[in-house]
Amino acid sequence: MLKSIGKTLLGAVFVGGLFVPHAFAETTLNALFMAQAAYSEADVRSMTEAFTKANPDIKVNLEFVPYEGLHDKTVLAQGSGGGYDVVLFDVIWPAEYATNKVLVDVSSKITDDMKKGVLPGAWTTVQYDGKYYGMPWILDTKYLFYNKEILEKAGIKAPPKTWEELGQQAKIIQDKGLLKTPIAWSWAQAEAVICDYTTLVSAYGGDFLKDGKPDFQNGGGAAALKYMVDSYKSGLTNPNSKEFLEEDVRKVFENGDAAFALNWTYMYNMANDPKDSKVAGKVGVVPAPGVAGSSEVSAVNGSMGLGVTAVSKHPDEAWKYIEFMTSQATQNQYAKLSLPIWASSYDDPAVTKGQEELIATAKLGLAAMYPRPTTPKYQQLSTALQQAIQESLLGQATPEDALKTAAENSGL
Amino acid sequence: MSGTWMTTRAWLLMLPLLAIMVAVIGWPLVDTVRLSFTDAQLVGTAGNYVGFDNYTKMLTSSNFTRTLSTTTWFAVVSVAAEMVLGVLAALLLNQEFRGRAVLRGLMILPWALPTVVNATLWRLIYNPEYGALNAALTQLHLIDDYRSWLGEPGTALAALIVADCWKNFPLVALIALAALQAVPRDITAAALVDGAGPFNRFRFVILPYLAGPLMVALVLRTIEAFKVFDIIWVMTRGGPANSTRSLSILVYQEAFSFQRAGSGASLALIVTLLVTVLAVAYATLVRKTAGSAT
Repeated sequence: MLKSIGKTLLGAVFVGGLFVPHAFAETTLNALFMAQAAYSEADVRSMTEAFTKANPDIKVNLEFVPYEGLHDKTVLAQGSGGGYDVVLFDVIWPAEYATNKVLVDVSSKITDDMKKGVLPGAWTTVQYDGKYYGMPWILDTKYLFYNKEILEKAGIKAPPKTWEELGQQAKIIQDKGLLKTPIAWSWAQAEAVICDYTTLVSAYGGDFLKDGKPDFQNGGGAAALKYMVDSYKSGLTNPNSKEFLEEDVRKVFENGDAAFALNWTYMYNMANDPKDSKVAGKVGVVPAPGVAGSSEVSAVNGSMGLGVTAVSKHPDEAWKYIEFMTSQATQNQYAKLSLPIWASSYDDPAVTKGQEELIATAKLGLAAMYPRPTTPKYQQLSTALQQAIQESLLGQATPEDALKTAAENSGL
Repeated sequence: MSGTWMTTRAWLLMLPLLAIMVAVIGWPLVDTVRLSFTDAQLVGTAGNYVGFDNYTKMLTSSNFTRTLSTTTWFAVVSVAAEMVLGVLAALLLNQEFRGRAVLRGLMILPWALPTVVNATLWRLIYNPEYGALNAALTQLHLIDDYRSWLGEPGTALAALIVADCWKNFPLVALIALAALQAVPRDITAAALVDGAGPFNRFRFVILPYLAGPLMVALVLRTIEAFKVFDIIWVMTRGGPANSTRSLSILVYQEAFSFQRAGSGASLALIVTLLVTVLAVAYATLVRKTAGSAT
């Protein structure tokens, strides 16, 4: 009996010890990142290590989730009243996060040097209603990757400049028996398919919204979906694309099973790594094509930023961490999987060396970045569009009808 | 000691547990009911009273009816298959043969795996480019070409049901096996002497012993299958074109992705009600079977 009381007391002391504050003033930040595309988990960890080495009084707990879980995880942590100090957010969320007060307004912390140094396009990632809700961090768009060896075997001199030409080249490759289905996309029922769709909407000069009301069912928006459906039905597009996310596209491309693939920056150096990729050294990258009479190139704004949450008890330390992570020095050092937000980095040999082709492409692509709609109801709009695209691909509805239904279900 | 004191003591002893249950189950439930009558958002506004608006909106939406039928189909087929497979496996493992103990242990493995791990494994198996299922079927010349299992509405739900069965039939097998061991040997031996064939022995001698425990397994599995979320979320996220979206996924989207806590709560309560009706129906059935068995 005495023994068990002793054990209980010991347990109580132990549990109590967990709540005793540390003897020295140490701040712990909780940060939420994604384990997918752009900077790898290893990159983020070593950047953070460099930060804590320079700031020994700040500790940073890192958590990584797949992109598909990032939004819900952020919102849920907020709803439960605790959680993260720093969160990674996608370009499509600031409207919602600002309206629902998930992120704090950091406009006063953005210095003139930052405003001058960072590419203007990058700022759209973190702005809503004229205010800043964080720092841009990942500057990204989808590029057209191609397999140089396959194009050469097919006798194709240059990669396509228009989407129509892409179809023609894929047909040549298919006819010569080089590949059964030469084009790979990420068309799973997820945000990924919206990024591919947006790229095409920008090529066809479409609009998502007009005066706050859906307009994607008309003009360029409808033409973009029609292109997807035609490419799918013609058999030039890998039919498995409709269950692919970006990582699936990467694996297919790295295996040499795709001549063309739409994907983010990170695929360039990964597909060129002979350790995992069968196509190392044969990877070509150009901006996503345009449409004759409408656009030269096309691109989706797939950038992401880092922000401080409204529930953070250490907003100053959190901002310090964000400043470090988004600094030019840090970004230049890790410029292989994600390109810097800083304009002058693109002329820095330390950044451009070994990836000149990617940098040249990025200059064109990043300048053409087209935004997905800015609305607090983005998630609902996106879900409705995902369904419309998949129904059209599966032949359950015509693109026109599917988009009309999506417009009705968009909540706008 | 008097009976009243015994009763009082029993209640006193249960009091801490009851208090905890009211706190962690009762209060959230009451709060969910309150939420379901408001237009509250998940973050931000607390919401205004809107009466039965959420309920009528949810019950009349095409999303709800479609999802309800998907979920029902998933639950009926997967639970039926799990019951049959489970009983067959139990009968097999009740035989005496070398290595039986090892096999019994191995059988538990799928059930012991976390659902997320199971779902990820099956996603790899179904992979359209390099999945094991495609490789096996093409090598056996059953299909000509690799195909997309989770990307076609015709096969996606079936593929999910197979994955769910693989994970959950061991539970049924385990319960059935325990019940089988309670069947007196002299009765089966007597049936054998009387010339009863294998089917008649199972139907008239063994099944009456299995009925009660199997009913419990049926109740548990049906309720679980009706609430299915994780295996679908990991494997298809409800796609393609929403053909595998279950009720729980609809609740999640409404309440968390779209942040409409009010209508999400009403939908969650509708699902809870459906499951409760199922549970009560089964419980009555169990009591009846138990009554007739003795």
